[in-house]
Amino acid sequence: MSAPTTALGLRMPDRAAWRIVVRVLLYALVLFVFFMPLWTMAATVFSGGQPKSGQMSLLPRHFTLSNLTTAFRFGVGRGLLNSVVVTGVGLFLQVTVSAFAAYALARKKFRGQALVLLAILSTMMMPEEVIAIPLYLVLGKVPDPLGGSSLLDSYSGLILPVVGWALPIYVLTGFMKTIPVELEEAARMDGAGDLRIFFQIILPLCRAALGTCAVFGFLMIWDQYLLPLLVAQSPHMYTMTLVVTSLSSSQEQTEGVRLAASLMLMVPSVLVYLGLQRLFERGMLNGSLKG
Amino acid sequence: MTRYRWATPWLFLAPVLALFGVFKFWPTIWGIYLSFFEVRPYRGNRWVGWDNFTTAFHDPVLRSAVGHTLLDAVVTVAASALLGFGLALLLEGPARHLRILRTAAFLPVVTAMVAVAELWNTLLYPGSFGTVNTLLGHLGLGAQPFLSSPHSSLASVMLVQVWKSAPYDMVIFVAGLAGIDRQLYEAAAIDGAGAWHRLRHVTLPALRPVTTIVLTLGIIRGLRVFTEIYVLTGGGPAGSTETIVTYTYKEGIQNNTLGLASAVSTVLFLVTVLLTCLTLWWRRRKEA
Repeated sequence: MSAPTTALGLRMPDRAAWRIVVRVLLYALVLFVFFMPLWTMAATVFSGGQPKSGQMSLLPRHFTLSNLTTAFRFGVGRGLLNSVVVTGVGLFLQVTVSAFAAYALARKKFRGQALVLLAILSTMMMPEEVIAIPLYLVLGKVPDPLGGSSLLDSYSGLILPVVGWALPIYVLTGFMKTIPVELEEAARMDGAGDLRIFFQIILPLCRAALGTCAVFGFLMIWDQYLLPLLVAQSPHMYTMTLVVTSLSSSQEQTEGVRLAASLMLMVPSVLVYLGLQRLFERGMLNGSLKG
Repeated sequence: MTRYRWATPWLFLAPVLALFGVFKFWPTIWGIYLSFFEVRPYRGNRWVGWDNFTTAFHDPVLRSAVGHTLLDAVVTVAASALLGFGLALLLEGPARHLRILRTAAFLPVVTAMVAVAELWNTLLYPGSFGTVNTLLGHLGLGAQPFLSSPHSSLASVMLVQVWKSAPYDMVIFVAGLAGIDRQLYEAAAIDGAGAWHRLRHVTLPALRPVTTIVLTLGIIRGLRVFTEIYVLTGGGPAGSTETIVTYTYKEGIQNNTLGLASAVSTVLFLVTVLLTCLTLWWRRRKEA
């Protein structure tokens, strides 16, 4: 059967070829909508010259690092340092205490277990956005374990509230339940205590789940905005998210400098995602639907 | 040794329970308590009964904020799911180029919301040389005010939210599509079902359980939208993007009316609990 002819005498393309063309065009549209804006951001950061406000570049013109260096002069260095410290320490503590709790929930039977699990899951309904006001008052009352009079304007205040998170506890508990009990019983016969079983048998077997929790924990802590907004009062305590918003509210900075700060906020998350994509996607489909 | 065996699980749970106690349960309970007081620093709190709730209820700013929040939650969740489903149909499959495209499209999801808001604030610059307006100009359309006009600000915020969350829904749907038994498609094809019928009678029913959960939990989460609003518009212009949480933040932290802000937060908390329980109960009933 021959392809129909259009009014202009052009032959309609073959159906299969036509489909490929449409598909490729749609692919280009997807990239244009979801990837192009991020590309434009990077291109603007590395472009020289004084753009008008609101003006961005599609390709770096007059390649320069001056936007980046200016951004670093206005607090991006300190912001990165603070975010790295808060995320590093916070993530380590978060994964550790979650694994401890998961061990008790998955491997022990005790009175009140169901209630504890319910209490932990119910904290998902108490995010910072809902408890911001009283949380601010609590932060002002609790003394800093590192020595200050309160958690306000302290690293402890930026870190401790994000250490307890229900998601990794939930994920790790589910994972630990799948580990055969026989392994644990054999070790117990040999006289191993709970701590040894936890560190030498359970934890090494949980490596994949721990990796997933680490990726999610990283993004959760790195992206924090409302908590630092409540805690950090002096600029030297600002995390990266606060540095970005404070740079954007100062009228003197050009688009290039402001976007340089945003780019510095974005690059670590993108690198973590690209490096650990498999862990990320598996975690998303297993546990985070509840998140 | 064995006498203290009962204590072992509690020792393992202690750090988490202490943290949740201080940073989740204490603020939640204290917030409910403060809802009934006029909070006066240094002079002691004054019991006011339900006054904070009635004041909040009659505040036109809060009323419109609730409207914006509901509209924003429902529209962005529905639009993200639709767009995510379309993306999943287009980009599903094991081929290498599809994986690369999915990865590129997913980058907005992992980018911090603050950076996304900052980027779109620049892209949506209202002047005619703003990036998006330049594009619209090439298409022969006039410059839009986007975030700077009360008429288009909420829609512009939603646009940014959908941009960030649609690829997330895409990955959920890609997994859902991969889980559908291929034989069902073949059987449908043999029965003479076209592409549309296969989508309507095989694909959509198979994805329904995932979809309902994504939608309901997304809407519940949408009720506490804060960061993107606060960074993009600060609730303005003229209160046109004020939401429940930006309202409580301003009342509580900036105007220092802590009792009123606590009352609003308490209602938001109770609504969240109610909706979450309903969702879980409804899902359990479906499964049983």
